[in-house]
Amino acid sequence: MSGARLHRAQPAPRSLSPLFAGRKLEGLPIIVVFIALIAVFTALAPHVFLRWPIYDSFLVTIPPLLIISLGLTLVIAAGEIDLSFPAIIQFSGFLFAFCSLQLGLPWLGLIAALAGGALVGFVNGILVAVVGVPSIIITIGTSFFWSGVATVLCGGLSYALPGLENTPIANIFAGKLLGVPAEAFWALGVAILGWFVLNRHRFGEHLLFIGDSRSVAEVLGINVRRERIKLFTLMGVITGFASFMLTVQNLNYFATQGQGTLLSALAGVFIGGSSVFGGSATMVGSVFGALIIGMLEAGIVATGVAGFWVEVIVGLVFIVAVVLHIAIESPASLDQLRRRLAVRGPRPDHATKEEIP
Amino acid sequence: MTSGQALPQPAYTNIVRAEKLCVSFGPVQALTDIDLAIGRNDIVGLIGDNGAGKSTLIKALTGVVRPSSGRLYIRDQPVDLGRYSVRKAHALRFETVYQEKSLGEKQPLWRNFFAGRQIVNRFGFINVREQRRIANEILQSHLGFRGVGIDADSTVSNLSGGERQGIAIGRAMHFDADLIILDEPTTALAIKEVQKVLDFVRWIKESGRAAIYIEHNLAHVHALADRLVVLDRGRIAASVRPAELSLDALTRFLIDLQQPKAGIAA
Repeated sequence: MSGARLHRAQPAPRSLSPLFAGRKLEGLPIIVVFIALIAVFTALAPHVFLRWPIYDSFLVTIPPLLIISLGLTLVIAAGEIDLSFPAIIQFSGFLFAFCSLQLGLPWLGLIAALAGGALVGFVNGILVAVVGVPSIIITIGTSFFWSGVATVLCGGLSYALPGLENTPIANIFAGKLLGVPAEAFWALGVAILGWFVLNRHRFGEHLLFIGDSRSVAEVLGINVRRERIKLFTLMGVITGFASFMLTVQNLNYFATQGQGTLLSALAGVFIGGSSVFGGSATMVGSVFGALIIGMLEAGIVATGVAGFWVEVIVGLVFIVAVVLHIAIESPASLDQLRRRLAVRGPRPDHATKEEIP
Repeated sequence: MTSGQALPQPAYTNIVRAEKLCVSFGPVQALTDIDLAIGRNDIVGLIGDNGAGKSTLIKALTGVVRPSSGRLYIRDQPVDLGRYSVRKAHALRFETVYQEKSLGEKQPLWRNFFAGRQIVNRFGFINVREQRRIANEILQSHLGFRGVGIDADSTVSNLSGGERQGIAIGRAMHFDADLIILDEPTTALAIKEVQKVLDFVRWIKESGRAAIYIEHNLAHVHALADRLVVLDRGRIAASVRPAELSLDALTRFLIDLQQPKAGIAA
């Protein structure tokens, strides 16, 4: 069949924006936002942002959140969502604290935290992939359940873990290496691994195809059920690790640990540019998204703006970042907006009204 | 595309044969007692109304849907239905060409050509360079996309219907399928592109392969198929050679199938 050439029906523009023509740098828009934000903070509060301590504190507080955002990126890539990770932070943290304090076995505690997360995630996976409940619904339910289980188990009490200070486990996961908090290295490691899993591993590709369309994935021979169970289990393990890290760096388990992380971790992923519709997700974007979310509050306070403004500014940054992603990925939608604005323009009746004194 | 070189004569009679195959989705019986044999160089046209069970039948044959009962033989060998899967069907060199249902919209072509059977190392990491190279090779040699702005990194969502069809066909050719299943391959295509798909069906025949060809356009399928199988409400209503039944007679037969049967109504 020599003449079988399938020509293009119409040449569509391939390179979407002249600015980002050629090989696109993953997460570029959000990196720009990140740098701009640092610049603004530095200009407004040079005494804080030109010195190391603020970054040192960022590199301690951000990693647990960032690691969760990385796990969520995989979940979002598959077109799913997991709202139960705050409960895992509570549950896994308890398991670690209990093993450390009551049994004196912190390493067992680490394993228990990971296994506890895996258990929660596995149950989520079964309910989503086998029973068929949408993940946005079922993870609300499991979130209540496991958070409740953790509260019952710990009796609503916090566990102080001062005995862990300067133990190997605390030094490895929350100590310093070359003056940089160990948490930062762990987060970087998870990020690199996560990038390779999503972009270069068979499992990540399966998630992208499942997020694109479950029926296509099935036709292509992807075991959709098994991969989704694996996905939620992995998300549980990753969150278990983040929870362990949070507990060991605070040397304390709070009964309310994990509350307030839900929106921050999700915001990190979506600011980063991953699509809520699945099939497209960026690990680099999530790293910078989580960094931005993690440093906004401290940054805003340091610049002297009243703390009440923090959420207003977080909201603004979120909106700007998400619109920026659309502007770069589908400039057509912006053109449409521009045309619509041009049509509306200044209305004639406006002008006449203004003329009337 | 490569010219229609005949394959060495294979040592089997039927590439696939179904015996009393049934598929049910819960209480709904989608297919009932399907007996169908497809010879190693047969082009079988599968026709029937929407919901007659055409897609379910090909999904059962390619391991997407698990039959509830019956037997399946591939190259005259019985298949364990409990273990049959898309992966197995791929390994047995069955390929499906769907227009809308077999390509990941947001994914680049180098992923689409290999999804479900990636070239990986033993840790499961994909050899992207190799997949890209082969994808470009398929695009250039089989499909003639050279210089038309489509390469291994193009995403499917930017392609036209005909281009998508070309991608799915190129994939089937690359994996050297013995049985190619085309599910309504000409729907929503430009006339020129329809011609290319029909050429492809002819190439399948000439190169000694087999095809199941689902088509709404009766003229196309009547002209190309060796045998026409009519499905109606999950059962085979007729299996004829085009020579035995003119296009008009076929059309009338299909219309008559839709009339409520007088005997039942009375």
